[in-house]
Amino acid sequence: MTGQIVTANRLTDGAVVFRTGAGGWSTRVTDAALLDAGAAAAALEVAQADASRQIVVGPYLANAAAGPDGPVPVEFRERIRARGPTVGLPGAIQD
Amino acid sequence: MPLLKGGHAVADAWVHLDDAEPLPPDGVAVTVSGERWERERAVLLARAAPVGVRLGNGAPVEPLAADLPRLGLIALHFPKFSDGRAYSQARRLRRAGYRGELRATGNVLQDQLLLMARVGFDAFQMAASDAERRWQAAVGAYAHFYQPRRTVA
Amino acid sequence: MYRYDEFDRAFLAERTAQFRDQVARRLAGDLSEDEFKPLRLMNGLYLQLHAYMLRIAVPYGTLSSVQMRRLADVAERWDRGYGHFTTRQNIQLNWIRLEDAPDIMAALAEVEMHGIQTSGNCIRNVTADQYAGVAADEIEDPRIWAEILRQWSTNHPEFSFLPRKFKIAVTGAEFDRAAIRVHDIGLRMRRDPGGAAGFEVVVGGGLGRTPLVGRTIRDFLPKDDLLGYLEAVMRVYNALGRRDNLYKSRIKILVHDVGAEEMGRLVDAEFRAIQADGGVALDPDLVRRIQDHFAPPAYASAPADPDAVRALERADPAFARWVATNTAAHREPGHAIVNLSLKPHGRPPGDATAAEMRAVADMAERWSLGEIRVAHEQNLVLPHVRRADLPAVWRAAQEIGFATPNIGLLTDIIACPGLDYCALATARSIPVAERLADRFRDLDRLHAIGPFRINISGCINACGHHHVGHVGLLGVDKNGEEFYQITLGGNSDNDTAIGRIVGPAVSSAEVVDAIERLVETYVAIREEGETFLETCRRVGNGPFKESIYAAA
Ligand code: SF4
Repeated sequence: MTGQIVTANRLTDGAVVFRTGAGGWSTRVTDAALLDAGAAAAALEVAQADASRQIVVGPYLANAAAGPDGPVPVEFRERIRARGPTVGLPGAIQD
Repeated sequence: MPLLKGGHAVADAWVHLDDAEPLPPDGVAVTVSGERWERERAVLLARAAPVGVRLGNGAPVEPLAADLPRLGLIALHFPKFSDGRAYSQARRLRRAGYRGELRATGNVLQDQLLLMARVGFDAFQMAASDAERRWQAAVGAYAHFYQPRRTVA
Repeated sequence: MYRYDEFDRAFLAERTAQFRDQVARRLAGDLSEDEFKPLRLMNGLYLQLHAYMLRIAVPYGTLSSVQMRRLADVAERWDRGYGHFTTRQNIQLNWIRLEDAPDIMAALAEVEMHGIQTSGNCIRNVTADQYAGVAADEIEDPRIWAEILRQWSTNHPEFSFLPRKFKIAVTGAEFDRAAIRVHDIGLRMRRDPGGAAGFEVVVGGGLGRTPLVGRTIRDFLPKDDLLGYLEAVMRVYNALGRRDNLYKSRIKILVHDVGAEEMGRLVDAEFRAIQADGGVALDPDLVRRIQDHFAPPAYASAPADPDAVRALERADPAFARWVATNTAAHREPGHAIVNLSLKPHGRPPGDATAAEMRAVADMAERWSLGEIRVAHEQNLVLPHVRRADLPAVWRAAQEIGFATPNIGLLTDIIACPGLDYCALATARSIPVAERLADRFRDLDRLHAIGPFRINISGCINACGHHHVGHVGLLGVDKNGEEFYQITLGGNSDNDTAIGRIVGPAVSSAEVVDAIERLVETYVAIREEGETFLETCRRVGNGPFKESIYAAA
């Protein structure tokens, strides 16, 4: 199935986070709740409340498809956001 | 909406007239828009009461030059705190010799108060209810300025 | 180089404390994101694709070894152990936590560094010729004036909420290494017929969506008038610059709309009013102190052409090639300017790890009077090297992989962070730069091609200066695929030109082959001694267009 996920950056450290089915936030896109259009709009509204409560910044909806381990973002930009840069630097600290 | 002057919340002694509102009796201090000022300048100056102008954001200040000594208040507006045109209007008004009250209105926030004061504003209409505390915090933040004061009013 | 005095330190302490308070207010909910964003940006803190990004100012591109070491420490302690040197001569750390930002600022303040005005709609960190003070073709060290501008523009009460960001570049040299004609204000030192030094003032240059070459509105401005005149430019812009449309709010649009002549007239009128009011006086003591900071160092006398260097040049062609490509003429006999290439083939352009930063700091201490420069081409520079030390510097640079002899050549690619890091990007920049560098890694071939500048931007904001690359690549998104629009004939030095678009954008898979065919065409049709840019100007886009779109 394809649908939408709610994503944002965490206020305190800027980390990319995804809204889970339980209403929390996870740094793993595979934990994201994959929602249909109606549920997505409602979830975004709740997420916006989290933005006013200093939890996240700038929540929005991203298109995603169901994958074997969980949602996979459709847009290239969102895949990079979810996975990190596609380039590395030898000697950099890995996270 | 507290009005801050000299760091204190004070009552606003001015009546701010819409363009269509009739003039109150003599003795009542009024401000009008820049447009109304242009139209009714003679009448307004003839009243036995202080008069002020609320200058539009994009308006040049030069047309007011001759009247500056007779104006008791000029209000400049910040439609958004990030719209900085009024800083330059203020600077130009002070340079032209205006000595009356220069009031900042609109989206006036703590983190801009000191900048406003430094270009010549001396009154601040703020939405925050704890405006006095914010003023103290804002002016207490800096004692060092790279721009010599006289170059910024 | 400039050292902070008591005043600078006290100011920065206040600013650091203010920022700490602002972050606390944000985390406590007293400031909304909308209110906080301009405040954090004014301190160089962005929210990017993966995390907060901190842009640290390197004023006019000059760094001490102590500062470089601190950057390494900060990168290691609070980030992922590397940084990215930018086309604005700054350094960016990509993985910052908002909670840590106040401590980071405090750690930077200890070495007279900060992120102030590296973002936001204010006067940005002033950039300058990376060879300032040591270039053989220089009238006067422009950093004296860049520092005066830094002080004047810092926390300027009137110009902190301009219609849009504002970039000033300054050079004191004949040859423009600072790209002054693509800045909001470009200043070039020159002499009047009487021999006095002053500035040519160029206004309204810029890249982005509407690339424009700046126009000269003052042929010669006496030095003492600089602040008053720039204040006039800023005031005219602050009052009249558009605020209704993000893409039309830079000063270049104002200059374009009213015309350079009218702009000059408006500025002159404001300048006269400023002068009538007493002008913006410079404290002569302060100017003298700043001048003293930039007085040429006491160089030990050094042989102009040391035997050992000549011998090694003869014995080792790799060394000779490095000297020819990566060093530049120094005004002091027996000395050279050394470029450390941050474009080792196969790595992100402009990136350096903490260990590499420390190694560069060591090199600077040993061989360059403790001083380092950041070039807008995203390389590092050791400005005061004795020619006799060149062999040792070369070996040390090789150790850390910064000795690739490619300065000014095809693989000395300028690339913005692009979609790998940047929230505004439409396509990636770094992987294209890496693939191009890989394709052209053969040094003999690279040198046979000659001077060649490829600039890559990941979106129309043009941080990678693609419009002024001899070849420019602009990443675009075509139905979710990365494509690259190619421009030819751009240039950012004395005869600044905006590159012309060749044709439809090329796919990511095709782009390296297309550039290679273009290069082959150039090599085939160039006349004796002709650079790519010269050939491009002689023949136009035509032959290159054919080669780019030739079926593979
Ligand atoms: S050019 Fe675009 S993608 Fe590149 S750094 Fe600038 S804003 Fe980001």
